[in-house]
Amino acid sequence: MDKPKLATCSLAGCFGCHMSILDIDERILDLVDLVDFDKSPINDKKAFTDRCLVGLLEGGCSTEENVHVLESFRNSCDILISVGACAITGGIPAMRNNIPLTECLSEAYLDGPTVYNPGRVLPSDPEIPLCLNNVYPCHEVVKIDYFLPGCPPSADTIWEGLVALLSGKPLDLPYQLVKYD
Amino acid sequence: MNPEAKAFMIGVCREYGSDRTRLMDIVRRIQEQERHVSLEAMELIAEELGIESVEVRSLVSFYSFFSEKPQGKIVIRVCNDVVDLMQGGAEVSRAFEAALGILVGQTTADGKFTLEHTPCIGMCDQAPAILVNHVVCTRLSAAQVPRMVEILKRTGDPQALVTQYGGGNNEDERIRSMVQNSIRREGEVLLAPREAEAGLRQAVAMQPEDVVRSIKDAGLRGCGGAGFPTGMKWEFTRKAAGDRKFLICNADEGEPGTFKDRVLLTEKFDLLCEGMAVAGYAIGAQEGIIYLRGEYAYLQAFLESILARRRKEGLLGTEILGQKGFDFDIRIQMGGGAYICGEESALISSCEGLRGDPKTRPPFPAQKGYLGCPTSVNNVETLCTVACILERGADAYRALGTSQSAGTKLLSVSGDCEWPGIYEFPFGVSLHEILQECGATDAQAVLVGGPSGTFVDPAQFNRTICFSDLSTGGAVVVFGPHRNLLRIAGEYLDFFIEESCGYCTPCRAGTVLMKQRFEEVLAGRGNQSDLDYLVELGRTIKSTSRCGLGQTACNPVLTTIANFRPLYSALQKAPDDNHKASFDIYGALRDHEALAGRTSEIFPHTN
Ligand SMILES: Cc1cc2nc3c(=O)[nH]c(=O)nc-3n(C[C@H](O)[C@H](O)[C@H](O)COP(=O)(O)O)c2cc1C
Ligand code: SF4
Ligand code: SF4
Ligand code: FES
Repeated sequence: MDKPKLATCSLAGCFGCHMSILDIDERILDLVDLVDFDKSPINDKKAFTDRCLVGLLEGGCSTEENVHVLESFRNSCDILISVGACAITGGIPAMRNNIPLTECLSEAYLDGPTVYNPGRVLPSDPEIPLCLNNVYPCHEVVKIDYFLPGCPPSADTIWEGLVALLSGKPLDLPYQLVKYD
Repeated sequence: MNPEAKAFMIGVCREYGSDRTRLMDIVRRIQEQERHVSLEAMELIAEELGIESVEVRSLVSFYSFFSEKPQGKIVIRVCNDVVDLMQGGAEVSRAFEAALGILVGQTTADGKFTLEHTPCIGMCDQAPAILVNHVVCTRLSAAQVPRMVEILKRTGDPQALVTQYGGGNNEDERIRSMVQNSIRREGEVLLAPREAEAGLRQAVAMQPEDVVRSIKDAGLRGCGGAGFPTGMKWEFTRKAAGDRKFLICNADEGEPGTFKDRVLLTEKFDLLCEGMAVAGYAIGAQEGIIYLRGEYAYLQAFLESILARRRKEGLLGTEILGQKGFDFDIRIQMGGGAYICGEESALISSCEGLRGDPKTRPPFPAQKGYLGCPTSVNNVETLCTVACILERGADAYRALGTSQSAGTKLLSVSGDCEWPGIYEFPFGVSLHEILQECGATDAQAVLVGGPSGTFVDPAQFNRTICFSDLSTGGAVVVFGPHRNLLRIAGEYLDFFIEESCGYCTPCRAGTVLMKQRFEEVLAGRGNQSDLDYLVELGRTIKSTSRCGLGQTACNPVLTTIANFRPLYSALQKAPDDNHKASFDIYGALRDHEALAGRTSEIFPHTN
């Protein structure tokens, strides 16, 4: 039987969650025994080729492109897992939610202390995705099946979560893995 | 600050012995005189009491009756709770806005009027109702408002609005109120004729332990909502270590739709004092406190004068009824307009001159309550019932009601019915019977126990009022067929959001998340997964909140989802395709599209 497929993506995240996935160290060899990677930055595969069992999401939605990718994950994966604070709550990027988008963009492109932009043009090349008015957690855009909290969730948390899901066993995370203060 | 005001404030502090635990009273007096408690005033009070001014500010900012900014000489508080809104409360608000030329939340430029909204003021049987300073005006219509404002402008005296009294003790010269008692059904215990002080006489003829045993034998359970066995609470308090013990009567009555305690305070205050003395005797407390909600300040002078009379009659004070060693007195603690202060540990905080924050339990008040002393907190109705039980004996009481729920219960009935008011029924009465008696023929729903209780649908109107079925503090709100029940559930959710003390994140923030998602569902942008989310979030809030407020705040939504599912299904227009209909990509892109001067290529506008 074919191995189930796994896809991952980083939306408005810092790649810290992906680093944490890699942090499973030599267990990555076990993981490759369990699943095949489809679309993912880990194998640099840009598009889905197959339907996937699981999609791991890092980061929330800050731009139209994030929404687009997230929707493609929802359409291509049976189970979606929000991994990390940014996917679950919007996280650090969502700190801009209290500041109007105009102000954010002015600070970035017009008035910031290190900006040199004598023409005072905001970039508007269609290649650059448009920003959303706010940063949205993934579950406000599509249905999310599971959540793995942390910033980033530790490699053990991600490992335990994946193995439990793939083997159909209940997830029993030790308190230490989900305790943050 | 002018020297006169300063002298006044220092005088008030000293009147209360510059006692930090009396901060509620001090702030209240200063608020009433100065119309606000300024930062300067806070510093002055703090200095006088030997505390930090931020402690004063923390209290002032907590209670809705206190303000840092100057309020008008006359503060008009319009009830905008559900029952009032059903009966024209919004029109009344708008009429006041028009007549005063200000919006709700504002003060007129001449400093004469402030207009505010307030949750339930315990007048639901005569809605729409408002408070004008301490004066209650009931059964208002928008048409009356211009004339009322004109009278207030002319006389500056809210009492001038009262031209007709409401009957019973409301006519007493110490009350002079238009509030009506609307007692509709006098049952076998509380509202039945009785011999004055018979319960107290019976108690002093017994040992305190035996009084506790009688209350246990009678099967009396708390009438404030939680239904804890009263005898057991007394026993814990009695047995707790410590010489100084307290009895607190909870007269905060804040649950929207509840007004029975108002009627007991007005018509049965001697009975309440009798019950409190019995309780003091039983638990070994010499000091009693009545925590009276700020909204009932119109009763304060009347109640104080009865306390004074009882002291003269030897029914309060030292050696009550001539009994050596039986000393017990009562003081009234006024509240400041905060629903959470009905919760017993928050109530104790408030009595101690603190913000009305609930305390972490254990220790329970019976071990460590007011000022750290063993304290029993009991509802007004509970304490009134105690005196009746001693008078007639535990068996006679137990014979009423059902085997698990002894005795009778006062119900506050309001909403869409012919005869709103107070009904004393034996426990075990069905909703059918109640609806029939109050003249509600076509109810689509009954809310039992107020917003923290249960919305019940007609198929379940055979359910009964008792501890094993519909347990309640007594609020019964009837909704006719033309009401938008889910809108109403949302309004009740707003009430909890407003009244949360803010200590627990699930209660403070979770309820807001709940409201947001609920609104999406009401707007037809929700689907099954949103209902699942609401139920799940509700469970989380319930299980992670520290006090009863958070534990019940989601009930308006949870019980309508459970009992009125078709109303939700009818709203569900979005397909269940795992994409959130509530997420509006075009709305989310609008700002940047405008700034960039182009439209999205990924999500092109179709039209
Ligand atoms: C948010 C909240 C508000 C409450 N409000 C009241 C109230 O207004 N009156 C009351 O008697 N009990 C109220 N209670 C219940 C009290 O905490 C307490 O259980 C009651 O006063 C005990 O008296 P009882 O045993 O005689 O009912 C409230 C509880 C909560 C959680
Ligand atoms: S959750 Fe933390 S580690 Fe993961 S993307 Fe966000 S900021 Fe980075
Ligand atoms: S549950 Fe709500 S009201 Fe109760 S203590 Fe927590 S925040 Fe305060
Ligand atoms: S007085 Fe307005 S709802 Fe109770």
